[in-house]
Amino acid sequence: MLGNAAVARGLYEAGCSVVSSYPGTPSTEITEEAVKFDEIYCEWAPNEKVALETAFGACLGGKRAFCGMKHVGLNVAADPLFTMSYTGVNAGLVLGVADDAGMHSSQNEQDSRHYARAAKVPMLEPSDSAEALQFAKLAFELSESFDTPVLLKMCTRVSHSQSVVETGERTAPPEKPYEKNIAKYVMMPGNAIRRHPVVEARTKKLAEWAETAEINRIEPGEDKKLGIITSSTSYQYVKEVCGDRFPILKLGMVWPLPEKKIREFAASVSLLCVVEELDGFLEGCCREMGLALTGKDVFPLEGELSQNLVAEKLGLPHETGRTLEEPIPARPPVMCAGCPHRGLFYTLAKNKCTVLGDIGCYTLGAVAPLAAMEMTLCMGASVSALHGFNKAQGEAAESRTVAVIGDSTFMHSGMTGLANIAYNQSNSTVIILDNSITGMTGHQQNPTTGYNIKGDPAGKIDLEALCRAMGFARVRVVDPYDLAACDRAVKEELAAKEPSVIISRRPCALLKYVRHKPPLSVDAEKCKGCKSCMRIGCPAISMRDGKACIDATQCVGCGVCAQLCHFDAFCGAGKEE
Amino acid sequence: MKTKNIMIVGVGGQGSLLASKLLGRLLLDEGYDVKVSEVHGMSQRGGSVVTYVRYGDRVASSLIDLGEADFIVSFELLEAARWLPYLKPDGQIVTSTQQIDPMPVITGAAKYPENLVEKMRAAGAKVDALDCLALAEEAGSSKAVNIVLLGRLSHYFGVGEEKWLAALEAVVPPKFLELNKKAFALGRNA
Repeated sequence: MLGNAAVARGLYEAGCSVVSSYPGTPSTEITEEAVKFDEIYCEWAPNEKVALETAFGACLGGKRAFCGMKHVGLNVAADPLFTMSYTGVNAGLVLGVADDAGMHSSQNEQDSRHYARAAKVPMLEPSDSAEALQFAKLAFELSESFDTPVLLKMCTRVSHSQSVVETGERTAPPEKPYEKNIAKYVMMPGNAIRRHPVVEARTKKLAEWAETAEINRIEPGEDKKLGIITSSTSYQYVKEVCGDRFPILKLGMVWPLPEKKIREFAASVSLLCVVEELDGFLEGCCREMGLALTGKDVFPLEGELSQNLVAEKLGLPHETGRTLEEPIPARPPVMCAGCPHRGLFYTLAKNKCTVLGDIGCYTLGAVAPLAAMEMTLCMGASVSALHGFNKAQGEAAESRTVAVIGDSTFMHSGMTGLANIAYNQSNSTVIILDNSITGMTGHQQNPTTGYNIKGDPAGKIDLEALCRAMGFARVRVVDPYDLAACDRAVKEELAAKEPSVIISRRPCALLKYVRHKPPLSVDAEKCKGCKSCMRIGCPAISMRDGKACIDATQCVGCGVCAQLCHFDAFCGAGKEE
Repeated sequence: MKTKNIMIVGVGGQGSLLASKLLGRLLLDEGYDVKVSEVHGMSQRGGSVVTYVRYGDRVASSLIDLGEADFIVSFELLEAARWLPYLKPDGQIVTSTQQIDPMPVITGAAKYPENLVEKMRAAGAKVDALDCLALAEEAGSSKAVNIVLLGRLSHYFGVGEEKWLAALEAVVPPKFLELNKKAFALGRNA
């Protein structure tokens, strides 16, 4: 079972009945799997803050609730988290957060464990699917018995690895009727001052629990020259390399830590070593205890660990593999053939626009040959940064700078930036790339699509009406497959002396319901090999023997290339005059 | 038994997830502990993708590291060469001869290397290369390349054909079963 599916199974067995999440690799499948259980109400919220607050409301209402997100999503949800730590919970509340060491699909590789310590809430960290299921259930028990939200920390290799699990039955959680309790749930200074000591006492009690908890276990080893403290996927690499040779303290709860157990373990071995991915979090805690050890002096702070890396750093033998002498060209991800974003980015590149970008498939607009994006930071930043950029540079920037943001990202946190443009009045042009889905994470519905997580009809936010209501008089929709229309729209809106929104609308080419035209072909007689069509970076077009050549298995007949050809060399139904 | 390693490599969108699902099912049915590791998200958009399948008595890490793969199953020639460093000294490559130009080649910034099969053999790798796309099309769909490849891989396994077919039945939707059985046989007997 996939690690994320195991978490979902754990939610089911624990009697969880409300899940509100925002998709983000590598966390997405937790919620996609949870929705398959009829007993669990699941939804995609517009962003992680809303999702966590929704889950909090559900737990207040007496139902065990869960909220899933990726590591950077926790930044968005941090605000409610830090104060939920003070209020505690009614029914159990678990927040699943998945880190992405190695940045397989992320803009940074921050280490979420710091949030547990900073927000003063416990964090469990499974190392495979079996533990993912078991820890998800345990998290609810801890949440209710210690009156705290609990963080369940996943990572790419646990979330996206399949391993064997033992499943159980769903059990009904204890009844938790909602009771009015202003002192506990209204966090104004007078009440919060009284809650803070409760939080500190809770952390102490959890640390005591951690001393005897089965999930923090010492695995004996014959060779006591070295003792290893580790958790999560790092534990698996250590086991792969060392087997049962060295004693291991395997931590299933990484905050708060069992100080006594750690001290005893340290005293039982000659050299203490902490093996952990990303930051030296456990190492820092051990150093605060005054323990001498080795850790990030040897292991990297960046990227993922692996068995060879662990072996190398521990001075143990490992394979290195062979290579060809010839350089192997990289294969970076690219916009798909027929991607609706391509035509729009081509237009922006052609008009030499400065493009402030956002998070999604369209971040690939920054890649050669289009190279039409100059900034990407976090969800929603394109819109707010555009406003700041224009305030800094004035009219010179306003006439050539745009923000591009996807429909889902716009709903997530682009709207507030747009409100700032409307309110503080910069002459900014925002382009919403509306592909009618949350693309990058694998096609999740969002508030603009008109469907809910189950694909059933749901509320649908009208982007045009929303932008107009915010005070934008200039709102227009273009089809990104129509290059002439895109060019007109971009030129006119940048020239306009008032803020504007362009909605570039066409569904993602990978959506099942999208009907494609037959693939185009190239008339070799007409093709002059001028490479005009190569400027859009379509993976279906390549040059063979000096002529453009279309890969019919990839081409979806969008016809954008045909609009660039000066010699009328593209033939097929997709062609647009 | 010492843990054995199979890597499935290719270009995002080629169907490696179904291949790993089938392998995982087969090996579980054989009574092994199995771990399968995938990467989702951005690299799926036409990038280089890799799936790890590990099996044995007790599998710890879900990754396969340099020099560890018993088999590399590749949908595309350049990808076989890219992951060659992960092959064991006596490991076996099973690859389709299909070539898909990556963006640096499309834009002219790099060249697609020539004679990769020969070069990998010269580097001491055992390489079984066949035109899986043609065989998949013969079976009825260009999408069946994954099953053709597994058919070929089954050649090197001490697991009976009927068990492969049972695993195939378990993971493939009924309406595509006949097509995939044909694809499997074409790969196995090629």
